[in-house]
Amino acid sequence: MMTIELIQDEIIDEFSMFDDWMQKYEYMIDLGKSLPLISENNKLEDRLITGCQSKVWLDAELIDGKINYTADSDAIITKGIIAILLRVFSNQTPNDILNSNTNFIDKIGLKEHLSPTRANGLLSMIKQLKIYALAFQTQINK
Amino acid sequence: MEFDVQKIRQDFPILSKKVNGYPLVYFDNAATSQKPQVVIDSIVDYYSNYNANIHRGVHTLSQVATDAYELSRQKIKKHFNAAKDCEIIFTSGCTHGINIVASGFSSLLKKGDEIIVSAMEHHSNIVPWQMLCEKTGVLLKVIPMNEDGELIISEYENLLSNNTKIVFVNHVSNSLGTVNPIKEIIDKAHQKGAAVLIDGAQATSHLIPDFQELDVDFYVTSAHKMCGPTGVGILYGKEEWLKKLPPYQGGGEMIKEVTFKKTTYADLPHKFEAGTPNISAGIAFGIAIDYLNTIGLKKIATYENELLTYATDQLMKVEGMKIYGTSKNKVAVISFNIGSIHSYDIGTIIDKLGIAVRTGQHCTQPIMDFYKISGTVRASFAFYNTKQEIDIFIKAIKKAKMMLS
Repeated sequence: MMTIELIQDEIIDEFSMFDDWMQKYEYMIDLGKSLPLISENNKLEDRLITGCQSKVWLDAELIDGKINYTADSDAIITKGIIAILLRVFSNQTPNDILNSNTNFIDKIGLKEHLSPTRANGLLSMIKQLKIYALAFQTQINK
Repeated sequence: MEFDVQKIRQDFPILSKKVNGYPLVYFDNAATSQKPQVVIDSIVDYYSNYNANIHRGVHTLSQVATDAYELSRQKIKKHFNAAKDCEIIFTSGCTHGINIVASGFSSLLKKGDEIIVSAMEHHSNIVPWQMLCEKTGVLLKVIPMNEDGELIISEYENLLSNNTKIVFVNHVSNSLGTVNPIKEIIDKAHQKGAAVLIDGAQATSHLIPDFQELDVDFYVTSAHKMCGPTGVGILYGKEEWLKKLPPYQGGGEMIKEVTFKKTTYADLPHKFEAGTPNISAGIAFGIAIDYLNTIGLKKIATYENELLTYATDQLMKVEGMKIYGTSKNKVAVISFNIGSIHSYDIGTIIDKLGIAVRTGQHCTQPIMDFYKISGTVRASFAFYNTKQEIDIFIKAIKKAKMMLS
């Protein structure tokens, strides 16, 4: 299993190959298409992340001590962004997720999406990913 | 004076900027307009040469600043043809103005009274009134709209009754561009003895409402959509109404006499102007109005209408295009979607090409619910935009569509 840090480095590496924003966004749009989708039955109000201009659903389950995230969005670029996040955080332990940072977002040139004024809610997504991790960690510690 | 858009563009320093490596194409004018150099200069001039608190100092600078601020009030009064200076209340913007009136009415209304809103309001002309309803038990009724995004006036007539106390409608819809028949709305309300508040946030950059001719009871607008600074606007109210309403905020400026037993309030307009106002912005608001009048609102409207027609024609050639707000009577605002592509995706891609538009619900969730959509892309034009910019915009839209389909 690759660590969160190694996956982040891998993504930074991939993004460094793009010459311009268009290639980068085309790549993200492609990534969006491969997002592990949340099942339609689980697209419920309580899985909807607020603070996004586009709708984002996020779900998580704990399998063998690791978190498996699934998600969806009605906007393709948002889907791409979640796909990147899930590639980093899915299939990791709650503890590792809680102790990780998200500096790589800066390094792949998506920092603009982190600003609170941006309506895509990348910040809310990261927060929600970590809330799931915290919940599962609490469950494990009991 | 000939309408020379290239010459006008030189008045706006920001229009020569590049964004993401591309020349800025600013089509988010319904959110806020850009500012001409004279307006920017007037703010610098105030802070550099005569910054002082107004209305209370006996010293020279305070008097100079007070005169400049009050001159601005007079300009605004003249521009909109209000009857008296004291009917122009400086506010922080439309939202503030609406809150003053809604909060004031909550002490005038009682259970059994009714108030009427339209289906195409900005949230800021809905929420303050819902708060009033919660407080007083007053009933809120809604004027419906048709598919073109026009209010159905016959339905409005049915909603009006002797219980109706106030009607509040926008002059121009921010997400659809529709110009509402406010004179008719006002007259019909008056026949039932109800007051009318018009939210002019989206109107006053395109046209000049004549307050006395309209016989409107309250009219609010913001400077920042009219080439003026943010943080200042006006509440116009007929003197008799403003006298009836209780003050909204307590503080300095708005009092006549204060003892610990009782305070008496200042006369209009100061009764509603508690605290030190945004002095430089108030002064700059007057300069912005001068600037618009030098060009001429009529010429502006004619030119913007050309842009609207041109952009609509070009957009309609894009496959899958759906425009929301197709009233014949509309300002230069186009809300649209392409096929099933999310507005956020389009906005993100064309931003990379230097184009600023608004995406999402535009603070008008009821309109989005009406059309059963999650949002739209909104391009809104001003008199300093050009057909060349529209061409660039159309090209960018097509590129985005290709990437996102």
